Amino acid sequence: MEYFVQLFMGGLTRGSIYALIALGYTMVYGIIELINFAHGEIYMIGAFTALIIASVLTLHGFNEIAIFVLASLAAVIYSSAYGFTIEKIAYKPLRHAPRLSPLISAIGMSIFLQNYVLLAQTSDFLPFPGLIPEFGFMKKYEHISSSAELMIFLTTAVVMVILTCVIKFTKIGKAMRATAQDRKMAMLVGVDINRIISITFIIGSALAAVGGVLIASHIGQINFYIGFIVGIKAFTAAVLGGIGSIPGAVLGGFILGWTESFATGYVSSDYEDVFAFALLVLILIFRPAGLLGKSGSQKV
Amino acid sequence: MKYISGRLFLTAAVLLSMMITISCTKHESGSIKVGVAGAHSGDLASYGLPTVKAAELVVKDINARGGILGRKVELLVEDDVCKPEVATNTASKLLSQDVHVVLGHICSGATKAALGIYKESRTITMSPSATNPPLTQSGDYPNFFRTIASDDAQAKLEVDFALDILKLKRIAVLHDKGDYGKGLAEFARGFLEKSGKAEVVLYEGITPGAVDYSAVVQKIKNSGAGAVIYGGYHPEASKLVMLMRKKKMGTFFISDDGVKDVTFIKVAGEYAEGVYATGPMDVSKNPLAIAANDAHKKTYGSDPGAFFLNAYAAAQALLNAIEKGGSTEYKAVSNALRTEYVDTPLGKIKFDERGDAIGVGFSMYQVKNGEYVEVK
Repeated sequence: MEYFVQLFMGGLTRGSIYALIALGYTMVYGIIELINFAHGEIYMIGAFTALIIASVLTLHGFNEIAIFVLASLAAVIYSSAYGFTIEKIAYKPLRHAPRLSPLISAIGMSIFLQNYVLLAQTSDFLPFPGLIPEFGFMKKYEHISSSAELMIFLTTAVVMVILTCVIKFTKIGKAMRATAQDRKMAMLVGVDINRIISITFIIGSALAAVGGVLIASHIGQINFYIGFIVGIKAFTAAVLGGIGSIPGAVLGGFILGWTESFATGYVSSDYEDVFAFALLVLILIFRPAGLLGKSGSQKV
Repeated sequence: MKYISGRLFLTAAVLLSMMITISCTKHESGSIKVGVAGAHSGDLASYGLPTVKAAELVVKDINARGGILGRKVELLVEDDVCKPEVATNTASKLLSQDVHVVLGHICSGATKAALGIYKESRTITMSPSATNPPLTQSGDYPNFFRTIASDDAQAKLEVDFALDILKLKRIAVLHDKGDYGKGLAEFARGFLEKSGKAEVVLYEGITPGAVDYSAVVQKIKNSGAGAVIYGGYHPEASKLVMLMRKKKMGTFFISDDGVKDVTFIKVAGEYAEGVYATGPMDVSKNPLAIAANDAHKKTYGSDPGAFFLNAYAAAQALLNAIEKGGSTEYKAVSNALRTEYVDTPLGKIKFDERGDAIGVGFSMYQVKNGEYVEVK
């Protein structure tokens, strides 16, 4: 039983990681129907920014919590700026082009950013400090889950709730939904769609940055390539849950995380990916729009 | 028409045989030609270029002493970019230039591809770096020698260490599903099962680059393994070790020279303490190795790169065998390689029946205070 709980918690952490990144994919897709392949790279840039800021602050003798907060903040700001700029450079000029063009542009952006970080930083793996503080009350449950894992799960849950509220109850959320439903119509009734799309990219990038900081301090190492695999898995999670749906991304992340964790635990880690993608295929056969996705005009 | 082409063929055959006779007579006069083949460009160039430099240094020394058997030694350097399909061309090109022996190739795949061609022309080939076990163990290539231990040597050492020194009964074997890691893990499992002294409680491949290995770490814990033997490279190894130590598991971690890397210690930090990894024997105290490294620094102004000393030893062994054998003939050289000891930076070596160097191999290292220290 304890083994089951441990695998369950491991899957939950892994799922939360996927979910945090998947939220960004799903938001962007919901608004402009673009699969932003550069999203994984934003996550990687967030992690690198946090590492640089954290190293500088450690040298200046800041305390643990301050380093964690400031480094995360820097990562969020920097990554958001990247997300904003990428949209302006790589996607906006192609908004009226055929759907394949922005997709190729996104792949190009992803490769460009990877190599940019490779050249500007290093190709080596870098140690990432454990920024997440150890909570005293977690000592008792140490054999099941760590503070970092709990923190990742809580962040994902909180972010999901806040995002859902923003989209459901605020003016910006309403404008986002309008843009998603019909861009031309939204423009006609006075929605500044360029601004809405920019905001979507900024929010998505900020989430990726938060994910980058949390995950890197949980794993303890980063390099320029980490965004790629996480990106693929998060994208899978988003599709699984129904791309365009916020709760769907989180649910998809959890299901993917649990599948991988239990497949490793009870069968073999050789088949981890086989099980994950077999599940994806199965779900898409029976629910082509994903678990919580709605086939129709409503996307956010 | 048929008649003419038949005559043409005959003429060509006669011409060809004449050329061969000419090249044969050339064999025993003029300079001794040593081919140097390996990756000299492309992304694996850093594995191949040090061998060229080693050969240059050895040959410079020998020519300064007047050469071998009264003949000067000449190097013919060819690039194979580490690709099997290029390596066959490289081999043909070297043979067309009448090389007597070949130092190379560097990568196992390229070496294997080229060996078929060298075997047909009975050319002694010695690699400083091709570690694939069947190259020597299959017995297919009697013309092949190497100055590096084969891949399974590491697995053997890891298993012996776990069984005889750590005295463990339950062992988990993991790998990264790659050629190198999975190959090692398979050898390790084979040796463990053959020994009958310990049980392989877990044999699994992990996905390189995956976000999180907590499930597989839980599985190791659940299996009650006393040690993990891991075949693969340091990024995954450091993730595994960090997770295991964070979960307060004292399981021994034994790995290979893909993990015996300073980056592993840099990334895993304090968690790296106590990790075992096999790596090439430490020859830094050997005076010949010190001299070879110094010569490299003096001539090229930098520290030598990968397999430099293995290549240095290989060049010395080849030329020594030609000298002791008294000729560049295949039989004489291969006999001399198997019977005559030669002093090299790797120690005093000769070769066994299969072509592996005796006295070259791996030692076990352990991380102590942020450094790999040889376990005596």
